[in-house]
Amino acid sequence: MTIDDRFAQDYRDAREAELPYGTRNEIVTGPVADWATDFSHLEPEWAADPYSIQDDLRQRCPIARTERFGGGWLPTRYEDVAAIAYDTDRFSSRSIIMGNFRPPREIAPVGGSPPISSDPPFHRDARRLLLPAFTKTAVTRQEPATRAFCHSLIDAFDGQDVVDAARDYAQHIPMRVIADMLGFPPQDGPRFRQFVENTLEGINLPPDDRIARMTALFDYLLEQVHDHLATPRDDLTSYLIDAELYGHKLEPSHVVGTMALLLIAGIDTTWSAIGASLWHLARTPGDRQRLASEPGLLPTATEEFLRAYAPVTMARLVKEDMTWQGVEMKADDWILLSFPAANRDPAQFDRAGDVIIDRQVNRHAAFGLGVHRCVGSHLARMELRVALEVWLERIPEFTVAEPAAVTWSAGQIRGPRSLQLRVR
Amino acid sequence: MKLRIDSERCQGHGRCYDLAPGLFGDDDEGYGQVLGDGVVPASQEHEARLAVANCPEHAIELAEES
Repeated sequence: MTIDDRFAQDYRDAREAELPYGTRNEIVTGPVADWATDFSHLEPEWAADPYSIQDDLRQRCPIARTERFGGGWLPTRYEDVAAIAYDTDRFSSRSIIMGNFRPPREIAPVGGSPPISSDPPFHRDARRLLLPAFTKTAVTRQEPATRAFCHSLIDAFDGQDVVDAARDYAQHIPMRVIADMLGFPPQDGPRFRQFVENTLEGINLPPDDRIARMTALFDYLLEQVHDHLATPRDDLTSYLIDAELYGHKLEPSHVVGTMALLLIAGIDTTWSAIGASLWHLARTPGDRQRLASEPGLLPTATEEFLRAYAPVTMARLVKEDMTWQGVEMKADDWILLSFPAANRDPAQFDRAGDVIIDRQVNRHAAFGLGVHRCVGSHLARMELRVALEVWLERIPEFTVAEPAAVTWSAGQIRGPRSLQLRVR
Repeated sequence: MKLRIDSERCQGHGRCYDLAPGLFGDDDEGYGQVLGDGVVPASQEHEARLAVANCPEHAIELAEES
């Protein structure tokens, strides 16, 4: 085949005709009555401080329930989170964003954004396509450009006394890195931010709004595919267009779904980790001074920030009715799989609620556990380490300018979205 | 002492080759691999134990040589 006709017409129309509709439930918003029976990760109290909510639940009701989102469960103990992450037989990844829409069962085992949305055995094969590009060795090649970019962001602060470390520093780093890897125009950063917010924070919007926003993302990705078909290059987009599975090129929905995954999951996760780490250091002078004067502690410090401020919560769907750890789970109940809650379980970590930047033993689950371990974890770790190294080297002294003005994202990815720091 | 990675459990987090690069490496897909025959020199026992204790998947065994 010399001309790639997979993307010639809008493949989405054909795909929609093939698949049954998913199911929608009534959207319930507003104050939570009791976190044990009515939890919502989209309410402002959760965004402001999920840790005290999760710590309380872990003691009195380790698996919380909600009737919102069509019904779901929130395990808060490390042991339960790990057991679900490992149990791909009983918990499906066909949707990993807990909201008011469940995609049809027929979408499994591929899901909308493979491999994060895929179940075994397909999952492993889709994942293997991506692994070589994201090994520690492979991502090390991005390090010099990442470091130079971090410096350029700080150069642009240009003598200001107060800067927004989330908006003007943290968010740009993963955007630039993943745009380079996918071969997207670097100046499209502001659109990426919109896509990220639409995908992960627009959960409780009316269905038509949500569909329109997701369509805008996939339109953009399809534009990039066409650009790469016209001018193939050495990047992940061209790689995915050419990749083969089981002797055939990938389905167009697989190519574009994986691009969506890499773009969305590659950005706000690391943006959140960098921002939360800087937030911690800005309000903890002892840790800040120690880390600035002993950069050798960065490896244990970054792991500890990842544990204590793990940005990512995943979701699963229960496959069949069952009793699990004493609760009656129904088919298609959500599981909000909180790695942040697991990471603060005192049964798993000494002084779980404290941030200890030289913690030696740190078996945290920030990147997940089991077969869905974050494929970008080596990239994220590199970006976080370089971002903190450069910041501390250039700006060893900084404080939170106005603590009440710090805002955090709601939903499954948590990090500061506005973080005014006084830097001189 | 001898190291072994259970490849069924290893998911490629890479903590072992981060913490003990003299004892572990990664393969083309990022999964951990024991370097050489896995025998731990006395000078690297600390790193070996750190790697074992930090593996999120409990995939590394450190056993007395038989």
